[in-house]
Amino acid sequence: MAAQDDNDELVIRVRGLANHFGEQVVHENLDLDVRRGEILGVVGGSGSGKSVLMRSILGLRTPDAGTIEVLGTDARSEDPEKRLHIERNSGVLFQDGALFSSLTVGENVQVPLKEHHDELPDSLRYELALLKVKLAGLPADAIDKLPSQLSGGMRKRAGLARALALDPPLLFLDEPTAGLDPIGAAAFDRLIATLQEALGLTVFLITHDLDTLYAICDRVAVLADHKVIAVGPVSELEKLDHPWVQEYFNGPRGRAARDSRSELRAGA
Amino acid sequence: MSASTAPSLRFDDAPGRLSLAGRWTLEHALAIADLLRDAPGGVREVDARAVERLDSVGVLQLLRYSRRCDLDFDGFAFRPEHHALVAAIEDVADERPKKKREYGVAAALGRLGYAVYDNAREIVALISFLGENLVKLVRMVKEPRRFRLTATVSHMEQVGLDAVPLVALLSYLVGAVIAFLGANILEDFGATIYVVELVNIAFLREFGVLLTAIVLAGRTASAFTAQIGSMVAREEVDAIRTLGMDPVDLLVMPRLLAMLAMLPLLTFIADLAGLLGGLTVGALALDIPVPAYFARMEQTMELRHFLVGLSKAPVFAMVIALIGCLEGLQTEGTAQSVGERTTSSVVQTISLVIVLDAIAAIWFMQMGW
Repeated sequence: MAAQDDNDELVIRVRGLANHFGEQVVHENLDLDVRRGEILGVVGGSGSGKSVLMRSILGLRTPDAGTIEVLGTDARSEDPEKRLHIERNSGVLFQDGALFSSLTVGENVQVPLKEHHDELPDSLRYELALLKVKLAGLPADAIDKLPSQLSGGMRKRAGLARALALDPPLLFLDEPTAGLDPIGAAAFDRLIATLQEALGLTVFLITHDLDTLYAICDRVAVLADHKVIAVGPVSELEKLDHPWVQEYFNGPRGRAARDSRSELRAGA
Repeated sequence: MSASTAPSLRFDDAPGRLSLAGRWTLEHALAIADLLRDAPGGVREVDARAVERLDSVGVLQLLRYSRRCDLDFDGFAFRPEHHALVAAIEDVADERPKKKREYGVAAALGRLGYAVYDNAREIVALISFLGENLVKLVRMVKEPRRFRLTATVSHMEQVGLDAVPLVALLSYLVGAVIAFLGANILEDFGATIYVVELVNIAFLREFGVLLTAIVLAGRTASAFTAQIGSMVAREEVDAIRTLGMDPVDLLVMPRLLAMLAMLPLLTFIADLAGLLGGLTVGALALDIPVPAYFARMEQTMELRHFLVGLSKAPVFAMVIALIGCLEGLQTEGTAQSVGERTTSSVVQTISLVIVLDAIAAIWFMQMGW
């Protein structure tokens, strides 16, 4: 079972997903695959249901129809064992970090370790937390700070450290660069790429940030008209004949991001 | 299957090579620590190419091991797919200073000092908040456009109307209990009929307003603190300020006015319910017929008792509304802070209400009212 698990190409498999809020249709017959070891960017206009999709995959929202498989496990299952399998193997970075405000950064990172690995000695747990804090690019002294003492960018890094606490193979990021300055955003993109490579992560990344798409995403899924209208590398999607996609990639910001990307390549 | 997944190591004497296999991951952190602690001496090279899964815990522990045994970590052999991970992990150590806790007299005195200082600051803050609110109340009279009718009425409903059943029930029961207790003693003197005065005076002067204030302190002061506190935590109060509005006008005034209007009314209801409680016990348990009870009430009831009780209502209303709102505004950004402030506002309002009531009782007695 485990061996088959390892070879399975698809980490997330969504079929026929439907989500409604009363009369309002968010998703209808949505299919999506996330392959092992890739960074999949998910884009779409505001209200196109990116966050709802992520919440459905994480089991935070019960979809109205469809099947979702995460790491070979039915994500809609109510079975606590199966839920635990998914929860232990996925890390989530919410939009503003969603750190526990009354705990320090270090305690935040240790929360999943305490919950799932009670047997670890206190000092090892602390060291693992410190390691994750450093991996997320925070200075070591940040570990004793409260989330309210951190800047927005540092809170995101702390949230990332907590998401990585259990060394999960699967990472969900909800708009990781939103609210960061361009330099901070670029640094965060690089951090995600580095960690993805070092830890062999599969990353499900919701973003509005065109720079992120061009810089680190292997494939991009476009959400529009209640479903995923296209999946592929950015360079292919630019040519797609769909009004929203055209406006998104070929608007002034899209062109700027593409140009800076090609400059970067030429420079390197 | 478990045999292949558990971490293991094998030592070859001849080249002094330690070969690792299995999963060197978080699930097996303790087993890894045991293995490496008990690893044989004389190791010169480490081969981790048979390790099927490796995560940051495994790498960290191997790194430690290499430091401890003075081995060259760069010389460890890993699978190609693990190279990036190995390069990313750096050594960390638990260098927290040992926590020292003082138990001596000096520490106790220190804590006492902090507590006194904190309390003094709270009192100053409350008095200055009272001043600010009085000034803004006067300003509102001069500039009636600042008055928020809808918000005030909505709070009046929550503070007053919604509390009527609870206040009435509690007062009714307390009135009944007072009648019972009093009758027990008065019976010995053959003076059971004095129960009527006992319940009347106790309720009109003290218990009606006190019970109401305590119920509202628990029910409303906490709600005020939690509402305003979570608005502070989500920067809504800052938003109100930057939009050129005054948080006191917008949040505190409607609550204060609603409280000032409703607490006297609720007190009146509590008085009635308490008297009814006494009447019920008198009629059912003490054999005082209802007409006789009413006749006695008419003979002995004095308006001044009712006025003394009612005069305290606006003061208590101020205390509850101001402390509730002030604690809310003093909240810091965390969820825990909202909880602490809510507790603190209930404790403070109830204590202050009882203290003020005691002072008022002495004063009214001395004045002969």
